[in-house]
Amino acid sequence: MSIKVRIPTPLQKMTQNKTEVELSGSNIRELIDDLERNFPGIKERICDEKGKIRRFINIYVNEEDIRFLKQDQTSLKDGDEISIIPAIAGGS
Amino acid sequence: MSYVKGLKCRECGRRYPKEPIYVCEYCFGPLEVDYDYEKIKKKLTIKEIESRPKTMWRYRELLPIDKEPIVGLQTGFTPLIRARNLEKALGVKELYLKDDSVNHPTMSFKDRVVSVALAKAKEFGFETVACASTGNLANSVAAQSVVAGFKRYIFIPADLEMGKVIGTLIYNPVLVAVEGNYDQVNRLCSEIAMKYKWAFVNINIRPYYAEGSKTYGYEIIEQLGWKAPRHIIVPCAGGSLITKIWKSLKEFKDMGFIDKIDTKIYASQATGCSPITTAIKENLEIIKPVKPNTIAKSLAIGNPADGVYAIGAVKESGGWAEDVSDEEIVEAIKLLASTEGIFTETAGGVTLGTAKKLIEQGRIPKNESIVVCITGNGLKTQEAVKDKIGKPFRIKPALDSFEQAIS
Repeated sequence: MSIKVRIPTPLQKMTQNKTEVELSGSNIRELIDDLERNFPGIKERICDEKGKIRRFINIYVNEEDIRFLKQDQTSLKDGDEISIIPAIAGGS
Repeated sequence: MSYVKGLKCRECGRRYPKEPIYVCEYCFGPLEVDYDYEKIKKKLTIKEIESRPKTMWRYRELLPIDKEPIVGLQTGFTPLIRARNLEKALGVKELYLKDDSVNHPTMSFKDRVVSVALAKAKEFGFETVACASTGNLANSVAAQSVVAGFKRYIFIPADLEMGKVIGTLIYNPVLVAVEGNYDQVNRLCSEIAMKYKWAFVNINIRPYYAEGSKTYGYEIIEQLGWKAPRHIIVPCAGGSLITKIWKSLKEFKDMGFIDKIDTKIYASQATGCSPITTAIKENLEIIKPVKPNTIAKSLAIGNPADGVYAIGAVKESGGWAEDVSDEEIVEAIKLLASTEGIFTETAGGVTLGTAKKLIEQGRIPKNESIVVCITGNGLKTQEAVKDKIGKPFRIKPALDSFEQAIS
């Protein structure tokens, strides 16, 4: 199983400047754990101390915000594309 | 002369240098401009401000630019209008309209933020500017960056009003219409911004850009005779304007320009896209994003970046929130036109409709000063009212034809 994850600029220092990585996991939570296995320390940047995704981070599965899906329980399949994006952007 | 020390994370307080960055590397919180207020206080006085030209740049020390502004030199200081006919219609004693529908050069409050963003983009040495926009920002970036000599990429949702599309294309930028809503455009732009080294005014230039909105609030206070109103009704899309108006009041108090803040701030949205007002009315801790469905396209952001801060500003001020249906928006646009002779875009219909509702609910007392924010021009969103305002009498060029028509 291979899921493509796009890494936001503020986290690229932790991924050896890789902008995209290939990971696996049956849902978002597992995917973040796999990210942590590959790049130790990155999970605490994405999740708060309670393990919840930080409120200023948005995660998208194939362009859809996971808050419209099943949050961090959103299931994943081979070939899905994930974007991790800082929430603070935009303004009409 | 610089009055900016650097950037600071609004959440965790970590400091960053003055760079085109916008999120904290540690907690992803938004970065904000960190001013040297002591230095500003030595320079900026009411007397000094009043001696300067009537534009937004009269508050220059409270804006995050280090060199002189390069565009938007005539932007701001739009009319604050005592709306006496509207007072009668709504049964209130003291009502004002802060009218950015005539802001220079592109007739919306966005000229304020873009003027600051482009000055900053130039200081940083960018050659290309870009933005994700629901229309007004697109118009302003397209127009002002041509003056400043930037290459321009502008991203909009594909279903925007024709006035906003033409009002962008006329300045000949690269205009990209994305098949999706604003939130999708914005997400795409966040990804483009990571890959291309452009100045995205509302992404990597955002900490500086957003500060331009403060001038809208400063002007309200100055135009009321250095006094804050009791109530301000503000339209919310991403939630930045309302946050910055609240900040403008606090800064003027800290500067000693006003004695106290006795102002309640009200968030205003269309019912078809009301993540901020819903969170306030239902007292929710978090914002639930929505998929927008409203004629108020300029406010159609379902995933508001500054939503939590907008809620914070409303709560801290003791204000409230309300949203209005598309029908109420159109009614309010017509009410404003038929009482005050001002043609506002849908966002102005949202704020006036909200004001009316809050007054009827008794949330806003009838005998206290009220400011309704009018942030854009109705000529840009003609589709919203096109079929709801009657038709011209069509006649032959003859006197009897005329008299027959009006009889």
